[in-house]
Amino acid sequence: MPEVVTISVNGQPFVVPAGTTVAAAMLRAGGTTRTSVSGEMRAPLCGMGICFECRAVIGGKPHERTCQIVCEPGMDVWST
Amino acid sequence: MSTAYDVAILGAGIVGAACALECASRGLRTVVTEGRGVGSGATAAGMGHIVVMDDSEAQLALTRYSQTLWHALAARLPDEVEFDRCGTLWVAADEEEMQEVRRKQAVYVAAGVAAEILGARGLEEAEPHLRRPMAGALLVPGDAVLYPPCTAAWLLQEARRMGAEFVAESAVGAVAGGVLLSGGSELQAAHIVIACGADSTDLLPALPIRKRKGHLVITDRYPGMVRHQLVELGYLKSAHSLTADSVAFNVQPRRTGQLLIGSSRQFGDESREVDHGILARMLQRAEEYLPEIGGCSAIRVWTGFRAATPDKLPLIGPWPDDESLMLATGHEGLGITTSLGTGRLVADLLTGTVPEIAADAYRPGRFLSGAGTEPEVARGGMGA
Repeated sequence: MPEVVTISVNGQPFVVPAGTTVAAAMLRAGGTTRTSVSGEMRAPLCGMGICFECRAVIGGKPHERTCQIVCEPGMDVWST
Repeated sequence: MSTAYDVAILGAGIVGAACALECASRGLRTVVTEGRGVGSGATAAGMGHIVVMDDSEAQLALTRYSQTLWHALAARLPDEVEFDRCGTLWVAADEEEMQEVRRKQAVYVAAGVAAEILGARGLEEAEPHLRRPMAGALLVPGDAVLYPPCTAAWLLQEARRMGAEFVAESAVGAVAGGVLLSGGSELQAAHIVIACGADSTDLLPALPIRKRKGHLVITDRYPGMVRHQLVELGYLKSAHSLTADSVAFNVQPRRTGQLLIGSSRQFGDESREVDHGILARMLQRAEEYLPEIGGCSAIRVWTGFRAATPDKLPLIGPWPDDESLMLATGHEGLGITTSLGTGRLVADLLTGTVPEIAADAYRPGRFLSGAGTEPEVARGGMGA
């Protein structure tokens, strides 16, 4: 297993240690995961797939819970 | 006790609220009773589809009339009603169903309802996420969607602005101009309108109404995935199974980008529990038409009860056994659409006004002696 993986966060390449969740990668990249219906910035809260605050678009698929998904090389992640 | 009100309306679902607004608008001293929350029954459980249907001439007349009333009201509806004239697409999977599309279009156009046939390519452009190939569809552009609980609340609010009174208690008895309320007090009214949906039989056990259970699912937000209310025409092929549990593809786009997924129909199950077997069938049916829906997140599933009559037409008009009682129930899956037409007919009957459409087909007396043939359960139907 490689020591690091490179993913794309909002169109920018980003390198994280192997085994990092997408939620952690997005936090390390300095961004939030999504914007709520009322315009509030949101970020991961529970870290265990319950709160749904960490949802983002992964590989074109919306509403993915990023705290439950480990980064894979070339993964394309967008906050919403 | 003197007669305090001209009319007492029992139930503030969308039908009762529409009746209240019509009655109050015509100067009738009106009171509405509702103990469980405005729009909390089938009104809250349903999809909120304003749809013209043609299972029978009388159904077509009432749904068409009601659609025009919604169009006339649309400009006044507040934002939270989420009225969206997105149109209905009746989706034909094959050439056999395209024949039904052509038949249906002829009927709609003859009735003055705009309806346009889409071929396979036209349907792909209108709804790119539908499974391919589909044969085509019938587009009914005047159909709409709205959010029923807020609509019922607004109709009631308008009725109160016109002078209607509201009592937050359930009616537990209604006979000969007297209404007994759950808190123990009584109301007197010259006329009593029973608009309690599937629970109307609690007040009048003899009503020919059965509870027809339905399930709905709502997803997270997927804006643009579906643009019209989508309904399958495939019920032609499953018509033989309509006496048993059945499902049909019916998906509605909400303004939020959420998708409402229906529909199921079950007689004989009066529990509110989700039936996971029929829920699975319903979702599989949806996935057959919209393959991507299987990857969507559902955020809530619920059930509700349609007030079903044997001939799939509502009960609107006087109850022959008690001349003070007027019925406005039995709308099955079409109560959101036909609420406005029902309100007009009820107010017309109460004020001796000639209705704009013939009301005889909806009179409750049709199920009593001399009413003629045994009504058969018609096909499909829809809504929740």
